[in-house]
Amino acid sequence: MNHIKIKNNEAIKLAEIPVINYSEFLNFNTALLSKEENHCVQYFGFRKNNLLRLICCMADDNQGIINISSSEISIDNNESYPSFSNIHLAFHCFEREIHENFGLNYTDHPWLKPLRFSFDRFNKNSTITNYPFRQIESEELHEVGVGPIHAGIIEPGHFRFICSGEQILHLEIQLGYQHRGIEKLMISKKKLIERNMLAESIAGDTVIGHSIAYANLWESLCDFKPSEDIQFARTIALEWERIANHTGDLSALCNDIAYQLGGSVFGRLRTPIINTFQMWCGNRLGKSAISPGVNNIPFTNTTAATFSKVMYAFQLDFMEMYDKMSSLPSILARLEKTGIVSKEQSTEIGMVGMSARASNNSRDIRKSHPHDLYHLFNHKPIIKRHGDVYSRTQIRKEEILQSLDYIRNFMDEIPSATEKNMDLNPPAPNMFSLSLVEGWRGEICHCAITDEKGELMLYKIKDPSLHNWLALTLAVRNNEISDFPVCNKSFNLSYCGHDL
Amino acid sequence: MISDIKILYHQGKQYIKDLQNAEVPGIFRGRPVISLAPVDTNKLVELCPSHAISSEPVSIDLGKCLFCGECARVFPEKIIFTKDYKISANSRDDLIINEGVDTPIRLNPNLIRKEISKIFGSSLKLRQVSAGGDNSCEWELGATNNVNFDMERYGIEFVASPRHADAIVITGPITKNMAEPLQACYNAIPDPKIIILVGTDAISGGMFVDSPAIDRAFLDKYNIDLYIPGNPSHPLTIINGLLDLTSKKKQIKKNENF
Ligand code: SF4
Repeated sequence: MNHIKIKNNEAIKLAEIPVINYSEFLNFNTALLSKEENHCVQYFGFRKNNLLRLICCMADDNQGIINISSSEISIDNNESYPSFSNIHLAFHCFEREIHENFGLNYTDHPWLKPLRFSFDRFNKNSTITNYPFRQIESEELHEVGVGPIHAGIIEPGHFRFICSGEQILHLEIQLGYQHRGIEKLMISKKKLIERNMLAESIAGDTVIGHSIAYANLWESLCDFKPSEDIQFARTIALEWERIANHTGDLSALCNDIAYQLGGSVFGRLRTPIINTFQMWCGNRLGKSAISPGVNNIPFTNTTAATFSKVMYAFQLDFMEMYDKMSSLPSILARLEKTGIVSKEQSTEIGMVGMSARASNNSRDIRKSHPHDLYHLFNHKPIIKRHGDVYSRTQIRKEEILQSLDYIRNFMDEIPSATEKNMDLNPPAPNMFSLSLVEGWRGEICHCAITDEKGELMLYKIKDPSLHNWLALTLAVRNNEISDFPVCNKSFNLSYCGHDL
Repeated sequence: MISDIKILYHQGKQYIKDLQNAEVPGIFRGRPVISLAPVDTNKLVELCPSHAISSEPVSIDLGKCLFCGECARVFPEKIIFTKDYKISANSRDDLIINEGVDTPIRLNPNLIRKEISKIFGSSLKLRQVSAGGDNSCEWELGATNNVNFDMERYGIEFVASPRHADAIVITGPITKNMAEPLQACYNAIPDPKIIILVGTDAISGGMFVDSPAIDRAFLDKYNIDLYIPGNPSHPLTIINGLLDLTSKKKQIKKNENF
């Protein structure tokens, strides 16, 4: 065997991952990606003596397994290797990261640009002030630069447009401003609670998603099976976070097309949702809710009563507002056929999550690699066909309604809280594990490797935004530059989640 | 048109009338009160993820605290978090809460520069810069503008350009990659200008204080006018901090619940 198959949250011995030569490694993984059911959830490298060990994780959505393979290559004598990305563009972000961190040279990578200017990057001469933008020499075209600091209250990133009049021909996005070195801190901070706090701050709008990925991963390394009440709380919290963010995004979308009524109403509808988080766990964004091995936020009958009340009032007002908004031709004119990403494009660049589903691409970890209690759901991903801003608007509404339904059904049978929390064993030595979670934006992947003492040796984090930023650049091509804000908001990608 | 009015009618009154006395629903971790009960202080100091707890006397530094609640969970007889959300201060030392002390945190009037209330008393324009912020404080700053909190009623609002701003509102631990843009933004704000730090990451660096990807040199150069703690800071903490700084005491209606 040139690879090993694992399930989501299954820890294996690192030694069980076969090491194959680079050309076989390349052929195996690029061949996998030619099949629609497969996609790359993580591909990374780490130094092992004088070699670079590469590990590639390819998820098979039909079978619910992840194919793990690896290779060891020498890079210290300036060798160059053929790239995966030249065959499938979807690998581009992973290979750019490996190139940036370790100086691995590729003979044929189509877009070998800096990814995030991490503090420990290989080439320190490559700095955030000298990013190699694509340039066009033309008397007729002009460039527009925006950021890193934007007009609103949002995170920093630099956008460079090449326009012909009002029309965008090309957009290049330069990120890295938010780089805080989280992956390295996950290793240097030794206490569980420190790592918990770090996981919560990977992306403050996806606190629940990332902390579940961290908790599930950690428990798998410690061979701990969470009790039903722990999984129940995690599942509800994840769906609740989805409702909160989708509602907030609908508000932001309305504001960007100057539809004040929608902006205000959806904006205020987000408030009861996050205030319910506050009542349940003491924080509006769900911080300190999820930890490995314990249930900090028992879901009781009283909690259920609060949720029911909030959901009932929310849904009435939400539907009234949504129906109104989608009946207005002046709104539809701004959203329909704006910022299209076709299904082919979305597959080519490896899009994930809600945005991929809006482009008719059925990627949903809740269905394909269920974690926590999702195997009980028979979850049916919501799919839209057009890939435009309107599809990404509709899908938010439908996913909100779906999540409300799930939570309602779920609350029929609330598992009782476990009397006593079991102590977590320390993680086993020389292990590898991987955890996938379908957050509100899409697929989150955390990976960890332990050393011979059972200490963390490597921690890799992937936010769905890593895949999806390229989708935004494709979406705005040939659109008017005035439509950029609404296109951007329709994806609402994370800067810090990308930059880590 | 009629359906628009119907929608408006169905929302009811959403705005919180009295932002200075509104109550936060549910569990809220605001200003902690530390009792004089004897506990294993070493264990208490050790358990805190962000080194916010010191001993002799036992104290919590709200500039470092992540409000995770772990200390109160393990030592409920020693530490409780009250629902008091008015925890902003204009001196770094005032964020340190000692054991046996249960007094509200207020801004030190002697440290508020005269020009602040004189010039910005009735209008304050803010320029927000996220420098490694995780988008949680950013969300809550945004929420101060929504119809519930509606901070603009006090003439305090966020503006798009530093050239229109009176104050810079910084979130995040300040990454190396953002150090330069942050400085450029600060320089572009006309004098006199105010610096406000929102959230634990901005005030102390939080979990990132010893990360090699962080560069906090900017903060050593200037006097900080306002610290607004939280992880993230609650909109009511933010609004009350700003109102205290600009000495805006609007009509107070008692006992209003939210
Ligand atoms: S609540 Fe604050 S002081 Fe207490 S353990 Fe958490 S971070 Fe430390």
